Amino acid sequence: MTVQLIAMQLFSGLALGAVLIMVALGLSIIFGMLGIVNFAHGALFMVGAYAGLYVAGLTGSFWWALLIAPVMIGLFGMLIERFLIRPLYGRSPDDPLLLTFGLGYVLVEAVRIFFGTDGIPFSTPAALRGVVNLGIGFFPLYRLFVIGVVVAVLLLLWIGLEKTKFGLIVRAGSADPLIMRVLGVDISRLWLIVFGIGVGITALGGVLAAPMRNVSPEMGTLVLAEAFVVTVIGGMGSLPGAVIAGLIVGVSVSMTSLFAPEMATIVMFALMALILLVRPNGLYGRAAPGL
Amino acid sequence: MTNGIEKLALRPIGRRAALIGLAGVAGTLSMPWIARAQAETIRIGFPTPLTGPFAAEANDQVRSAQLAVKLANDKGGIAGRKVELLVRDDKLNAGEAATRTLELIEKDKVHAVVGALSSAVQLAVNEVTRARNMLYISISQSDTINETKDFSPYTFHEALNPTMTTAVVAKHSFKKGSKVAYLVADYAYGHEMLRGFRRAAKEIGAQTVSEILHPFGAADYSTFIPTILASGADILCICNFGRDQANSIKQAVDFGVKDQMKIVVPVLLHNQRLAVDPEVFEGVTGGANYYWGLEETVPSAKAFNDAFRAMYKGTIPTDYGAYGYTGVASLLMAIEKAGGTEPQKVIAALEALKYDIAKGEQSYRKCDHQSMQSVLVLESKAKSAMKSDADLFKIVAAEPASESVLRTCSELGFKS
Repeated sequence: MTVQLIAMQLFSGLALGAVLIMVALGLSIIFGMLGIVNFAHGALFMVGAYAGLYVAGLTGSFWWALLIAPVMIGLFGMLIERFLIRPLYGRSPDDPLLLTFGLGYVLVEAVRIFFGTDGIPFSTPAALRGVVNLGIGFFPLYRLFVIGVVVAVLLLLWIGLEKTKFGLIVRAGSADPLIMRVLGVDISRLWLIVFGIGVGITALGGVLAAPMRNVSPEMGTLVLAEAFVVTVIGGMGSLPGAVIAGLIVGVSVSMTSLFAPEMATIVMFALMALILLVRPNGLYGRAAPGL
Repeated sequence: MTNGIEKLALRPIGRRAALIGLAGVAGTLSMPWIARAQAETIRIGFPTPLTGPFAAEANDQVRSAQLAVKLANDKGGIAGRKVELLVRDDKLNAGEAATRTLELIEKDKVHAVVGALSSAVQLAVNEVTRARNMLYISISQSDTINETKDFSPYTFHEALNPTMTTAVVAKHSFKKGSKVAYLVADYAYGHEMLRGFRRAAKEIGAQTVSEILHPFGAADYSTFIPTILASGADILCICNFGRDQANSIKQAVDFGVKDQMKIVVPVLLHNQRLAVDPEVFEGVTGGANYYWGLEETVPSAKAFNDAFRAMYKGTIPTDYGAYGYTGVASLLMAIEKAGGTEPQKVIAALEALKYDIAKGEQSYRKCDHQSMQSVLVLESKAKSAMKSDADLFKIVAAEPASESVLRTCSELGFKS
């Protein structure tokens, strides 16, 4: 075991962390702003990957898939919010949870019917194939690209939420929707857009994951679990929390892979249990309203 | 409401009415028995994971099994009786499989069970059939099912087992002095394959440089790869199944593993190769029970492929699909020879059976009921070498049936 290997393992962990952040972001936004625990998250991630596959098939380009698929699924998310979730606002938080849980099953079965149960190839775009020498070892170029995209998305989100008027309204709306209504802000429209953005980012995660993990109807199952672990550790609804938690989980998984590889999946859940014991609201969480 | 029912129940029934009623019931009950005695349909139960991560392979099994049944019925049935296949979804869950199998036996009164697609689920089915003296043809890789602990005289193992698969694959890919790194799924299948490879490597003189167990169904393998690359191996042996195979190979290739070492797998899966681009699997070597390209040299493979193409619009049978066919077809041959479904007679017929129905000569070894059959070694083709979309693999070797790649009967615990 050399220093080089440990350094490489650490880097793999941070890179995996970036993937996990991407996977968890959509869930975290929707919970943080709307207070909805979206159990269809994994299924929407999968649907995003299939939409990417479809667009890439039509246009022959990964780049179009990366741009168009999230928008398509984001709009689809808005339809879900408008017609399925909106009637449930103001009722018990269990209601949207149960609805999205069922919706997840419907989406998976629908994809099975239209695209079949077999896995479908999704090629890594030609420009992003190959490995890069990092000095400590070789790393796939595509995974470096994913890290770049995640950083860009986080930056955009941060600017959007912290530096724009829209962001101010969204934050105020999530803090006290009633007062915002009294002030004459159309909260319904706001939540529609936020839900759409959350689902769009989830779909972007699906497209980005497709060239690494295979595209199959079940690809979202594990994603839902991963996203929950990251969101719970970071604190439900906290963006900085999701980032820190993603990186911590990534590095923990990676270091466990080095010393006790068969524990690599379980360590995520052990970490979550530990955090819940010490800080029940997660690292950056505040007590969730209405839960 | 309750009153009405009570009144009805309390109404005295006349003696005559009761007698007529009884006679009627007896009559309707006995009639189907008379009809059955003439030509009772042979019912074969077929539990398999139609839903879940192995769904693609399971559906292939069903299609091939249905072909075997259709061919039997087309030529007038078996021993003058029609054959029926009762397919049940076991959801890749041992408990579900046991329940469905029990139902097939108790409620549907099947004469035999064929199926299952996971070593663990298969053992659960075996538990049920063994306790009820029910014929069972198992069609998924397992070493345990051969051992005396789990042995049932009513069970026949049609699939390859990890010992024979790994012995043949290692023979054609390991060399003396090879340095092998293993990436192994942490459950029965992976462990049994690893054990087989270790045994074969020892005999060949290959050296193990790294053994990594990964969790079943892992989505990301990136954190296992630095260790593999640092191990200095010249062969990476990946022992996992289904989507895990496609995912792990794809990610290993992304990291440039193939530039440093050759990738070897125990079973090179047809459907998983189709789930990724040809470049990803190019050069990957692994074993198989069946590949449609066998038709160029084996007449029974040609006949099987042609019948399959005729029934399913020109598509070809896959590796795990072929198990469904050979499992059901060999059972039906034995029932024909036995002249009926009387279990002891069918067991005797299966033990004596020599069959060549899809891949050359096969027979069941008497002590453990393991099907002795050829093991193929395949290499995944480069895109440029593929003549059609179905032209996936090159057949590197077809090792004929031989006891030398199996554990001996005494090694398994059978008294000779």
